Amino acid sequence: MSCSRRDFLQKAVGGTLVSALPLSAFTLLTVDEARAIVAESKTRWAFLVDTRECVGCGLCVKACKNENEIPYDAPVTRTWVERYVVTKDGETHIDSPLGGRDGFISDKIRDEEIDPDDITKAFFVPKLCNQCDNPACVQVCPVGATYQTEDGVVLVDRKWCIGCGYCIMACPYGVRFFHPVHKVADKCNFCYHRISNGRDPACVENCPFGARKIANLRDPDDPVTKIITTERVSVLKDEYGTKPHVFYLGLDANVR
Amino acid sequence: MKWHVLRPLWLAIGLIAAILVARQFMVPDDFGVHGDSFTYNYHRLSNVQEWKDFPAKYLGRESCIECHEENFQKNQASPHAPIECENCHGPGAGHPDDIEYLPLNTTRELCLRCHESLEYPSSRRADLPNIRNRTHKRRRECISCHNPHDPREDDE
Repeated sequence: MSCSRRDFLQKAVGGTLVSALPLSAFTLLTVDEARAIVAESKTRWAFLVDTRECVGCGLCVKACKNENEIPYDAPVTRTWVERYVVTKDGETHIDSPLGGRDGFISDKIRDEEIDPDDITKAFFVPKLCNQCDNPACVQVCPVGATYQTEDGVVLVDRKWCIGCGYCIMACPYGVRFFHPVHKVADKCNFCYHRISNGRDPACVENCPFGARKIANLRDPDDPVTKIITTERVSVLKDEYGTKPHVFYLGLDANVR
Repeated sequence: MKWHVLRPLWLAIGLIAAILVARQFMVPDDFGVHGDSFTYNYHRLSNVQEWKDFPAKYLGRESCIECHEENFQKNQASPHAPIECENCHGPGAGHPDDIEYLPLNTTRELCLRCHESLEYPSSRRADLPNIRNRTHKRRRECISCHNPHDPREDDE
């Protein structure tokens, strides 16, 4: 193969220009711009549930459904309360009628009478979205309709969601459901409209027993953050690696 | 190249071009990576504000004080103090301008949420003053004897 000097120079200059072109996509940032990009958000929302305080009144579920316009009689809910009754034979009886919307006002569990003398322990566990650091539901969304905000809450874009249901399957905690009216995926967002405007979530405000609390983990003076960082708290399904941000006090090993 | 090869090629290129043009118009300007992770922060930015603007229904007892000072003070001095007004009276949004009377819930079932006796040794439910729904004044509403604002005083 022969190559004249003219050809060589032309190709060399052309090649350099072409390879330099993608470099123009990079921009030089000012110091302030660079700082803004690496700066941490001032807020990271987290939740604290004290299962020892919960009496199973279900007022949180009722408030949540009203606040977030979740059809009241549809069998879907953003938060729910589970009842665990452990008997002497080692069995765990679990129920959550209507998600605990009407409270637990009967000692029957799935139409089964349980002799109070057989009970070794019994308690209530409120559940809600864990606003994970590594949310599996966000990873699987094919259209970018669900995402994590800079303060850690996972939101669903109702205009963008196509209702494919991948996220509902992906969530290890089962907190997502198909909204029967909007026909999109729906989930607890810690009442994002309330916490962003200086209020507590509806379930926190309406819990008479202080069993549910909201915390800003980036605020060291937040009393609930102090509990989370100094007391013995646990999370649900730690082994999934999703880094959930709903912390539980007094969680029993039977809780799944 | 032969025409029978070029024709599907041009068709494919045309299709891709059409999709790219349509995409320019259909994807909102603020759609993109807003944060440090493509996996978790790829979204439409204005949706965050849309959620922040969602209307609140529960306004908290502070919004009741202005007009219902007497009931508020009575309730705050009683063992029922931690119970929000709206748990029994219903969410307060729109009251009193659009909704003159809030839907007050006076059913037994509302009281039973906390006061039905469940003999659960490790639950706080057992510590609350409780009754057996099946045996306690079956046909009467709780409020015909008990004052929910201050359950210590009996009207009977």
